[in-house]
Parts: sequence; structure tokens; C-alpha cells
Amino acid sequence: MTLLAVSDLVVRYGAIEALRGVSLTVEEGEIVGLIGANGAGKSTTMLSILGVVRPVRGAIHFRGEALTGQSPEAIIRRGIAPTMEGRRIFPSLTVEENLRLGAAIRIDREQIQADMERWCAFFPILGERLRQPAGNLSGGQQQMLAVARALMSNPKLLLMDEPSLGLAPLLVTEVFRLIVQLRDLGVTILLVEQNVRMTLQIADRAYLLNTGRVEFAGTPAEIMQHADIEQAYLGGGRRDGHPTTAAMGAP
Amino acid sequence: MNAISEGIQYLISSLSLGGLYALMALGLVIVYGILRLVNFAYGELVMVAGYGLLLFGDSPLPWIFVAILSVVAALLAGVAMERVAFRPVRNSNATTLLITSFAVSTLLQSVALLTISPRPRAPRLPGLFVESVTFGDLQVKIVDLIGIVVGVLALVALTLFMRRTVIGLALRAAADDFTMTRLLGVPANRVIASAFAVSGLMAGIVALFWIGRTGQTYPSVGLQPVLIAFIASVVGGMESLKGAVLGGYVLGFLTMGLQTWLPQGVNNYRDAVMFGIVILVLLLRPQGLVSPSYSREAR
Repeated sequence: MTLLAVSDLVVRYGAIEALRGVSLTVEEGEIVGLIGANGAGKSTTMLSILGVVRPVRGAIHFRGEALTGQSPEAIIRRGIAPTMEGRRIFPSLTVEENLRLGAAIRIDREQIQADMERWCAFFPILGERLRQPAGNLSGGQQQMLAVARALMSNPKLLLMDEPSLGLAPLLVTEVFRLIVQLRDLGVTILLVEQNVRMTLQIADRAYLLNTGRVEFAGTPAEIMQHADIEQAYLGGGRRDGHPTTAAMGAP
Repeated sequence: MNAISEGIQYLISSLSLGGLYALMALGLVIVYGILRLVNFAYGELVMVAGYGLLLFGDSPLPWIFVAILSVVAALLAGVAMERVAFRPVRNSNATTLLITSFAVSTLLQSVALLTISPRPRAPRLPGLFVESVTFGDLQVKIVDLIGIVVGVLALVALTLFMRRTVIGLALRAAADDFTMTRLLGVPANRVIASAFAVSGLMAGIVALFWIGRTGQTYPSVGLQPVLIAFIASVVGGMESLKGAVLGGYVLGFLTMGLQTWLPQGVNNYRDAVMFGIVILVLLLRPQGLVSPSYSREAR
């Protein structure tokens, strides 16, 4: 079933055209990668889906219903949860409070508690630090918290913006492994990433954005075969301190 | 009066005044945390409750109901103030918001001046605002004792609200990162309206004791409370509710201390001495007494 369908999205920031007709779909149960260089339009696509940025043209449908023109709050209530670039946890709230707020749109009290326990078991470090201010967590732990907080809303689609950004190489590997685990638990994920190599290793399909357009779409294998990409984005394997693909454990 | 009873006397009146100042500061900081707005029209919420005491006091209702109605009036006025004045300019820059707050303040004072009276009026107050009880050579005002209790109760209730309820959590989260709070599906309007409701509630409770102390209500009755709230929250740290509470109590103890122990001839300069100390505190800790213990990422 098609969960998310974005068609012919055009976004302008003043005179600059950030998106020039982006179309993509996300099927239930998939990891879909949205990759490309800085400024390619990845984050703009994500912000448009969330209703933070208003497109001048194009449509966004989620489970068959139009999202275009709705407020971020209304869109999130339909079952889309974002993890934002820079993690954006609430530093002065405790870990537990961050998680409870993640479930702000839900009213099924008992199930919320059960989910809290579930994700604390999934991320043991969060379970250990429930009562600490989230600002005291390390960068990697904050990323875990950001993901767990998003999951607390019980989303049908998880939008992840640059979850590996600013993390040490070992943690990057762990975050990507985690994303695969979540997919295996049945969570659908749209993954916005600059780390093309890692994303292609775990994604079911991917869209390559370049200057506001989808330059190439397909399975990771198809994209890998696309010679230009090797040249432009993988650049002989020097990215972000991941010298070889073998450095990452099998997802 | 011996030194011990003088000390107890000082402690009681300081705790009472400090609690009052803490509530004042909280009402200001809770809105500041979310909109980055120092709402100078906050004082007029105190005024609304003050005239509530006057208006409802003319009815045969028992005073406790008069008080409750007045506090509710301030709460509703806070919500209305946000809806009418601040929501339309919410996305403007900080200066616009600040000027709006001055405009609202002036407007409400003028309305009170023209429609009610420029002169101070005395609302009906129960006797306990002037009565004292005596323990040995210690004479304690009943209103101070009630003030301490109400101050503590209000702080406990607010703490529970901010920790246990989703909207309370959202208020604290929005002070950290408003956009992210919205991205968890919490409606921005609900968060901001709640902040103003809490602010109005605080102003209402403050008004009961502030006007109870002086016995009078007049158009600019809110001016001094808003100044005290501002100073207390700057001393305590604008960024945190804990800071507001601490700042309120510090200011309360300072005011009472100077009043009690400054030599007779210097007492006229009490406020000057107090502000001197405030400036000194800010020179040493410009961020206020309470600042977050974790490192906040620059955004």
C-alpha cells in the first residue's frame, strides 16, 4: 500500500527555486532513502511533507488524503513523526518527559505506558537514564532519544532527517543498524541522508536529488550502477570517515 | 522585642513577601519562555483582578467567592489578551511584541481610568488582612501566614501541572524549542493560550495579596508588581521557572531585610540600595542566579 505520495512538488524561497518538481512514493514497510548533496532539496522536501514549508505547486498525499495546506500539528496527528536534523530533544526535560511528550497526540494512557517500556527495552540507555535531564545525554544517546520520542507517537511513517549527522563513525553505524531493526519491526521510514553510501546499504529504494530535482530513482543496486553517482557522491569512499563498506556490520 | 523573635518576624514576613514576588515572576517568565516576550501588560491582569474585587465585592457573596471570581477574571483576561493582541503579531519580531505589550498596558489603564475612576478605590476586604495574632512578644499578621501557605500551595500546584500534565510538559518543552514541540503534534495556539492562562492565574492570586496589603485598587496598581516581577526574574534568570521562584524569594528577603535593618535616616533610600544590590548581582552573574546546567546547543 502506498503510504506517502509526493507529486510534482515545487518550493520557492524568494527567487530561489529549492524544489523543481519532486515526485516520490513510500510504500508501507519500506526504508526509502532520500539522498543527495547539501542543498539538493532533501530537507526542503521533508519540511514540505511536514507542512512547515508551503509548496507553490504539487500535491502530497498520505494514505490517500491530501496533506497540502495543512498545519504541521494536523499532519503529525495523521501519523507522521519526524526526527529532525540536530536531534532537537528538549534539554531541560528529563528523558522520560521527552518520551511522554512524544506521545502528546495519543490518549490511550495504558498503551502509552506499555510503549514507553517497550522503547526503553529497545534503547536500554534511555531506560537507565529516564530521570536525567535529556541535555546531559551524549550526542549518540540524544539521537536515540529523538528516535524513541518520535516512535512514542506510534507513527505510520517515520521521517528521519540526517540522523547520522554529527555522530562519531561508530555511532553512525549503530544508528543505521537501528533503522534496519525498526523497519523489521514494521516501521516505515523515509530517510533523508547525506551519507549516501550507508543509506544505499540499508534502503529498499532511494531517490537521488540534485538541485531540486529527482535525478535518479530505484533500488540501491540500480543507483550504484549509475556511474555518475559513484563519481559525484561516493567519490572513492572517503566520506564521513567510513573508508570501506566493510566497516559497517551487516545490517 | 528580642533578637530571636525579631528573626522569626523577619523570616515570616520575608517568606510571605517572597512567595508573592515568586508568583509575580512566574507569571511573567512562563510567557517569556515561550514567546520571548516580556509582557508588560501583565500588571494590568493584576489590575483586572483588583477591580474584580471591587465589583464582585459589592455583591452579598462571601469574600472567598469574590476572591475566586476575581482570580478567574484575571485568568480570562490573560487568555483574551493573547487572543486579541498578541496572536495577530506573534510571528513578528521581538520589538513588535514588546511594543504591543506596552500598548495593551496603556490601553487597559486608560479604560479603567475613564470608565471606573482615576482615584484609588477600596474594595471590601475581610478582617484577616489587618488582624494579627500574638505569640508572647511576637506579633504576626494573619495575612502573612496565609500568604506563605498560598504561595507554597500555588508553587506546588504549578510544579505538578508542569510535570504531570501533557500541556504542562509542552509548556516547558516549548520554552526549549517551540518548533519541535509543534512537530510532536502539540497545537501552538493551545500552548500559548495555556501560558497566558497560567500567567493570568498568577496575576490574580498576586492581586489578592498585593491589594490586600495596600487596601486600594487603582488604574496603575499593576505597575509595581510587573516591575518587581521583571526584576525578580532577571535576578533569578529569565530562562527558567526555578530562577523566577528563587529570584522572587531573594527579592522578598532583600526588601524585608533592608526595611527591618536599614538605619532610620537611610530608609528612604531602601529601593536605591536594593537596586544597587540587584545591579551588583547582575554584574557578577549576568545570566541570573539559575542557569541551565547542561550545555544548550546554539540554534
